[in-house]
Amino acid sequence: MARTPKPPKFQRNRNPVTWALRHAQMSLSSLGRLSRSPISTLMTAAVIGIALAMPSGLHLLVDNVRQLSSSWDGSASVSLFLNEDVSDEQAEAVRRQVALRPDVAETRLIDRTQALEEFRGLSGFGQAIELLDQNPLPAVVVVRPRADVQGAAAVSRMAQELQTYREIELAQVDLQWVERLSAITGAIERGVVILAVLLSGAVLLIVGNTIRLEIQGRHSEIEIVKLVGGTDAFIRRPFLYEGIWYGLLGAAIALSLVLSSLYLLDGPVKHLAGLYESQFSLAVIDPLSLFGMVFGGPLLGLAGAWLAVSRHLAQIQPE
Amino acid sequence: MIRFDNVAKRYATGHEGLSGVDLHLEPGEMAFLTGHSGAGKSTLLRLIGLLERATRGQVWVNGRNLNKLKARDIPYHRREVGMIFQDHRLLHDRTVFDNIALPLVVAGMGHAEINRRVRAALDKVSLLKKEKVYPITLSGGEQQRVGIARALVSKPPVLLADEPTGNLDPELSREIMELFVQFNQVGVTLLIATHDVDLINSFDKRIINLRNGRVAADSAEAE
Repeated sequence: MARTPKPPKFQRNRNPVTWALRHAQMSLSSLGRLSRSPISTLMTAAVIGIALAMPSGLHLLVDNVRQLSSSWDGSASVSLFLNEDVSDEQAEAVRRQVALRPDVAETRLIDRTQALEEFRGLSGFGQAIELLDQNPLPAVVVVRPRADVQGAAAVSRMAQELQTYREIELAQVDLQWVERLSAITGAIERGVVILAVLLSGAVLLIVGNTIRLEIQGRHSEIEIVKLVGGTDAFIRRPFLYEGIWYGLLGAAIALSLVLSSLYLLDGPVKHLAGLYESQFSLAVIDPLSLFGMVFGGPLLGLAGAWLAVSRHLAQIQPE
Repeated sequence: MIRFDNVAKRYATGHEGLSGVDLHLEPGEMAFLTGHSGAGKSTLLRLIGLLERATRGQVWVNGRNLNKLKARDIPYHRREVGMIFQDHRLLHDRTVFDNIALPLVVAGMGHAEINRRVRAALDKVSLLKKEKVYPITLSGGEQQRVGIARALVSKPPVLLADEPTGNLDPELSREIMELFVQFNQVGVTLLIATHDVDLINSFDKRIINLRNGRVAADSAEAE
């Protein structure tokens, strides 16, 4: 039998302009398809949004706490609680003596009357205090170490030395809880990373499952498109765009959730900071969280859609 | 245009769809494929459209050996082979126009060209006034004509039809067949599977009879 001459190559579209145009059309028509079932689209996007908002929000919270504790870190101080039988004059003498130390930058005496006033003003136990026939509070000398006394170890060494004074009942380093807080935030930060990974996986599965259902629903359409010569890329494309749109919508919802939470928390936090005589207010959203949501959302959507598409599209063959 | 060299198709179930078919259709030829149900008519057409691959032998379409065609080339092969089915295979959530435009959209054709070609195809099957309706509102014969318009809109050199008149009354069946003859007159190679012997005998075209997966009679060879 005579061999036929080598067949012509199939014509493939390689024009980048048409290619880009087709992608643009496809992305818009995917969005159009989603907008035709707004409730279910929004519900899926909301789940994604919440999943994205949780790690971002927590990260933001930890970030704020960290900022707060770092601003306190510099002003670590040692509170010297004096014995109860120390008179105000003696207390002032102790303060002066401590102030002479080379590692001390500043000292402040809160005598027993002042301490009582402060306590009455801030604690809310004012009336209870009235009932006591004598002042239960000791005088306190607040010592701020010089800037070159760095770290918890150095400050607590200083506290130990001060503890040896006869008039001093207790030298308490206020840095300790700052250190503990930073350890706690460190642990939570790690937790946030784990949570982010887990919830990213969840987003992947949510989008994957949604797209899987979509593929099943459009089974006959896919079959017919394959029949008339639609390439796998052509068939894949609308689903991938849907994944991206889901991610983008989810990111938008996550962003608005985090921002509105910040807004809601801002007042109480300002009030709380006010009680501590602090100017602290919640930081606005940090770049990492913003980046994570705006790019992570669509990327996870795309990945989830890809997962579903690669698993299920090949199974659909025209009959 | 279409050539089968000792082609066999055995399904995973063990059923033998075709067993040793030799067949040759010249470019521009039109032939009817007949035979009892299960004789292998559909299998033969499916091998040409690459809905299946042969288990033995070689299938050539348009100068290409389909056995050697890579999976990623299958869509491009299908664009050269228009397929028409008994059950029409239309998309019921799209208008007649969109159904017919599908092969062109898939091939990435521009809007203006699509409009022009779809109208021309609609004109050929006399459905110009129905372009905006949904297939479900059409009669069986009209739906089949939409399926035909979709198969020919991309001007493929080969058209395959599997029982295209299966559900139609004799008069409509004849109309459809005459449509196919018209396409053949402009050079399209056609292979039409049907069991409507009376109808095809009234056309002076080649008839290939399949029996148990083999060519039992071929009017072209009998002469």
